[in-house]
Amino acid sequence: MIIGQIKDGIVLDHITAGRCMDIYNILKLGEMSSTVAMIKNADSVKMGKKDIIKIFESIEIDLDVLGYIDPGITVNIIRDGELVKRKKLSLPEQVTGVIKCKNPRCITSVEQELPHKFRLTDRENKVYRCIYCESKASSGNNE
Amino acid sequence: MKSLIDIMELSTAEIDELIETALDIIANPEKYSEKCKGKKLASLFFEPSTRTRLSFEAAMYELGGNVIGFSEANSSSAAKGESVADTARTVSCYADIIAMRHPKEGAPYVASLKASIPVINAGDGGHNHPTQTLADLLTIRKEKGRFDNLTIGVCGDLKFGRTVHSLIGAMSRYSGVRFVLISPEELKVPEYIKTEILDPKGIEYKESASLEAVMPELDILYMTRVQRERFFNEADYIRLKDTYILTAEKLSGAKDDLCIMHPLPRVNEISVNVDDDPRACYFKQVLYGKYMRMALILKLLEEAAK
Repeated sequence: MIIGQIKDGIVLDHITAGRCMDIYNILKLGEMSSTVAMIKNADSVKMGKKDIIKIFESIEIDLDVLGYIDPGITVNIIRDGELVKRKKLSLPEQVTGVIKCKNPRCITSVEQELPHKFRLTDRENKVYRCIYCESKASSGNNE
Repeated sequence: MKSLIDIMELSTAEIDELIETALDIIANPEKYSEKCKGKKLASLFFEPSTRTRLSFEAAMYELGGNVIGFSEANSSSAAKGESVADTARTVSCYADIIAMRHPKEGAPYVASLKASIPVINAGDGGHNHPTQTLADLLTIRKEKGRFDNLTIGVCGDLKFGRTVHSLIGAMSRYSGVRFVLISPEELKVPEYIKTEILDPKGIEYKESASLEAVMPELDILYMTRVQRERFFNEADYIRLKDTYILTAEKLSGAKDDLCIMHPLPRVNEISVNVDDDPRACYFKQVLYGKYMRMALILKLLEEAAK
């Protein structure tokens, strides 16, 4: 990976192989006018295969959302062609607007304006629960 | 403590404090008869309830306060499409404390985020019902004199029974407590009760399909109703509703000091011939519920005044 090619921007490294399109869509990178490069199935010593996304613009990224979707991602911030910051993600304590509560008995099922918020209740097993009805979410779906 | 939404928000010390207040109310009711003079409880019941609503209202009247509110969603502005948040903000202008029952899970929590006065969850769907658990805890304390070293049998609908889930959560914080989970296969406790409450705390429990087989072990038998309103499928309800019926005969192997509890209302899961047995505590449980609600209202209004 030649990060020197980016003057100002972000490199999302160590994306789980095959997930770069998910990340691209969730971060709404398709709505940006600047260059975005996606590399699929790159060789990785650590992971075997990985995906990479290069964004040729400095943008604000919701790291909580990213951490929930793929906590193994490394976020590299590039300024003037130099790597100025490297952030390792972890599972966020709370995510808003990423998981939709599917419990038909939940208050969010009838009050559309309420934000769908989920709280991390079990880090080891990656268990998130709706803050209103405590239904469990797993890989984007709740029970 | 600004509001009470989930029993697990209360520490064991706070529960002890509420119990001590309730015991003092029982011993000295006149001392408390004007404690809430000039205060109003908004009793917001978006779904029918006899016991809980009357218990809250009786509790407020016995503290010298007043009650405003409604007893079904049709007579509230919710019928016009008002959000829970807006109702909570509006009612905050009229009352000093809210008791809310709502068919949707999390509604009282939403109200507590927006109200400027304390909100008590009086039951939200199949989710939480913390004041029922407070009633259960006072019953256990009064009847058994302790919370530790008890074998607690919970029987019936352990899948949808919110009172059971809350009771297991609350009692799992005391040492030497053991649970016997008695239910048909279809109504067993949800896995998360085991994986997130019982197993991490190393609490001993066993599951049984037979009430009679485990009866001799129990210090407390907590019976529950199979609730029609929790089923989407009427056929499943009909099939399971008569699975466990407690009769005087089934109590023949029970301990002499067994404490039989039930959150009520019962349909037929406890035979009326058990009612006169000195071990039947479920009507006392109703009375204790009122005292705990009095203690809770006092505590929350005190905290709000700070």
